[in-house]
Amino acid sequence: MRFALVGQPNCGKSTLFNQVAGYKAATGNFSGTTVTFTETKVHVQGKVIELVDLPGTYSLLGTNPAERVVLDYLVSNMVDVIINVVDATHLAQGLTLTLELLELKRPTVLAINMMDEASRQGVHVDGEALSRFLQIPVLPIVATKGQGVRTVFSTAYTIGKDQTNAPRQLYSPELEEQIDHLKNLIAPVRLPIGSEALALKLLEGDPALIDQVGKKIKGAEAEIQKAVDTLCHITGRQAVWLVSKERHDLALQICEKVYKKTKKRLTLRDRLDDYLLHPFFGYVFLIAILFLFFWSVNKVGGVIEAPLIQLSDYLDARLLELIGSEGLFAQILSGALQGFMGGLAIVLPYLVPFLIGLGLLEDVGYLPRIAFLMDSLMHRMGLHGKAVVPFILGYGCNVTSIMSTRIMEEKRDRFLSALLSSMVPCSARMAIIFGLAAFYLGPVYGVGIYILNIVVIALTGRIISHYLPEDSPGLILEMPVYRFPTLRTVTAKAWLRIREFIVEAWPLLIVGSVLLAVMNHYHLAQITDVIFRPVTWLLNLPPQVGTPLIFGILRKELSLIMLGQALGSMDFSQVLTQVQMISYTIFVVFYIPCLATLVAIRKELGVKAMGAITAITLLVAVLSALIVRLVATPILG
Amino acid sequence: MNLLQVKNDIWVRVIGFRGGWGMQRHFMQIGFLPGNTARIIRTAPFHGPLLVEVDDREIVIGRKVARHILVEEIA
Repeated sequence: MRFALVGQPNCGKSTLFNQVAGYKAATGNFSGTTVTFTETKVHVQGKVIELVDLPGTYSLLGTNPAERVVLDYLVSNMVDVIINVVDATHLAQGLTLTLELLELKRPTVLAINMMDEASRQGVHVDGEALSRFLQIPVLPIVATKGQGVRTVFSTAYTIGKDQTNAPRQLYSPELEEQIDHLKNLIAPVRLPIGSEALALKLLEGDPALIDQVGKKIKGAEAEIQKAVDTLCHITGRQAVWLVSKERHDLALQICEKVYKKTKKRLTLRDRLDDYLLHPFFGYVFLIAILFLFFWSVNKVGGVIEAPLIQLSDYLDARLLELIGSEGLFAQILSGALQGFMGGLAIVLPYLVPFLIGLGLLEDVGYLPRIAFLMDSLMHRMGLHGKAVVPFILGYGCNVTSIMSTRIMEEKRDRFLSALLSSMVPCSARMAIIFGLAAFYLGPVYGVGIYILNIVVIALTGRIISHYLPEDSPGLILEMPVYRFPTLRTVTAKAWLRIREFIVEAWPLLIVGSVLLAVMNHYHLAQITDVIFRPVTWLLNLPPQVGTPLIFGILRKELSLIMLGQALGSMDFSQVLTQVQMISYTIFVVFYIPCLATLVAIRKELGVKAMGAITAITLLVAVLSALIVRLVATPILG
Repeated sequence: MNLLQVKNDIWVRVIGFRGGWGMQRHFMQIGFLPGNTARIIRTAPFHGPLLVEVDDREIVIGRKVARHILVEEIA
């Protein structure tokens, strides 16, 4: 059996999903965290169930690629039970989608989420009355705490087994007449969504489905247009408008009967927003929050890094002393040690506090606030505030940020925010900034690089948007209420990425280091160094850093870990000047996205975009590193 | 008048939209249905977006977007 989780943005589908699947889907307190579907297998009453978490959508007419995923999935996959998650505090909105889902006439369970938040706000939802009205099971849950989750799945299993199809609500007679008319016409088309739902989607003018039906039935397109015209003639409204309005009105009617608000909403959010969104103090808080965030990461990481680096160099020296430094075997062992210790000493100490901090910001609901404050700045680089989401996610991982560009409606916006957010230093490059520049030159340099990074991104955005003029309608984003993050979701979310580092990246770091040791032994690295020689020459870097830069495209951490191997010491102050450390860090921050990011760009935006982003970032990296080198040389000597 | 012409904290009623279908549908999805009441809670500085309360939700909308939402004052 297959269950699908469907609901509006930020209603807690992924939180519910993670409750039963372990932490597999990303969650956060803002719209558009889930942009593609995640599938997993869960056990319900001893049976294996396929469970799919679909992106949040306001309706089944996708206005952006993330929302489109939902309709495409329901049209092409047989779903046995739809678990519709609705935010209790926004019941009327949620029910609009519920009514649309009921049109599919599949077994459906309605899970009313955030009952705890609702009771805090004085909201009461009469689940029994709602269940009687819609004739489907309605169950209260608190997904963050796992309350009621088990009942939802066992109920879903029961109605799935019995094939208890949910009935749909009837709309106005004029609309029903056209549904009936089209239903007969399209009877030969067999899709998992059923003929009445299909008829409605055709009336709403879904281009993909009209095309699909038109190919199967001759003259269907003309008939559909005729039905739309008839409706328009009778009601004076476009069908798509009429259908939305009827669903919404019906949802309001139902809501009136089952939804009560006894006291006015708590004003904590308004009071907090008075400070955090204040025209002046809002920015003070923004800078303070981000500063505190990066300062803590730097502090925690630095305390752990220092002794581990010493240990690493000590162990390496002892190892070579023990078995002699000349042989290939010794070089391989030393390479493996450096790869292992690099991950332990330079990456993990910064990665762990960073991910926990980012998780907190995501779950509290601060990201949309940043979007609000930064919208006008984003316009200056040719984007709007929604692009803040990929930007901030980019500080965690660029792959996630590329995926999240799907929440934008225009392709041009997606390309530009993909380009710019791929230059945001991800957690791997964060480790390089902190582990190299900030560690050896002082935290000021770390902060300086982050600021420079933002300036360069803004400039690049400005230049590129000059050639790609902005024509998007602008920002539309829902502002969520603040939520207290639970320890469980924050740590689980951090663990998801840390595990990815340990399982995928760390072994690669060790292999990369060993490979470089072998290449050094046979003097092969000199050949690969040549590829980046123009860059290393221009930036006055030792030629040996060319190979770490090439490997850095595979995994950004490699450009630091292999640097130790290439230069013969993890204590970089012995082998690089301060200017070299800065120009190297700056170059690494901007140049060519990592392989995983490139693949994501190709998937989302195509080969051309991937090529363009590769070329632009390389150019930006060379220019910024060169300028910094020229400016820093007289200062640092 | 359009939403951009409304002062902060004044309740207005949505009466219609300018712009294509895609945009109108999007407005309706986030609660800007004709007849619904809305108010601007605050505006971001530097010509930034508006934070609007509509249908019991808070929505951030850019200035260009706000110009497409037609409203009338509630007498």
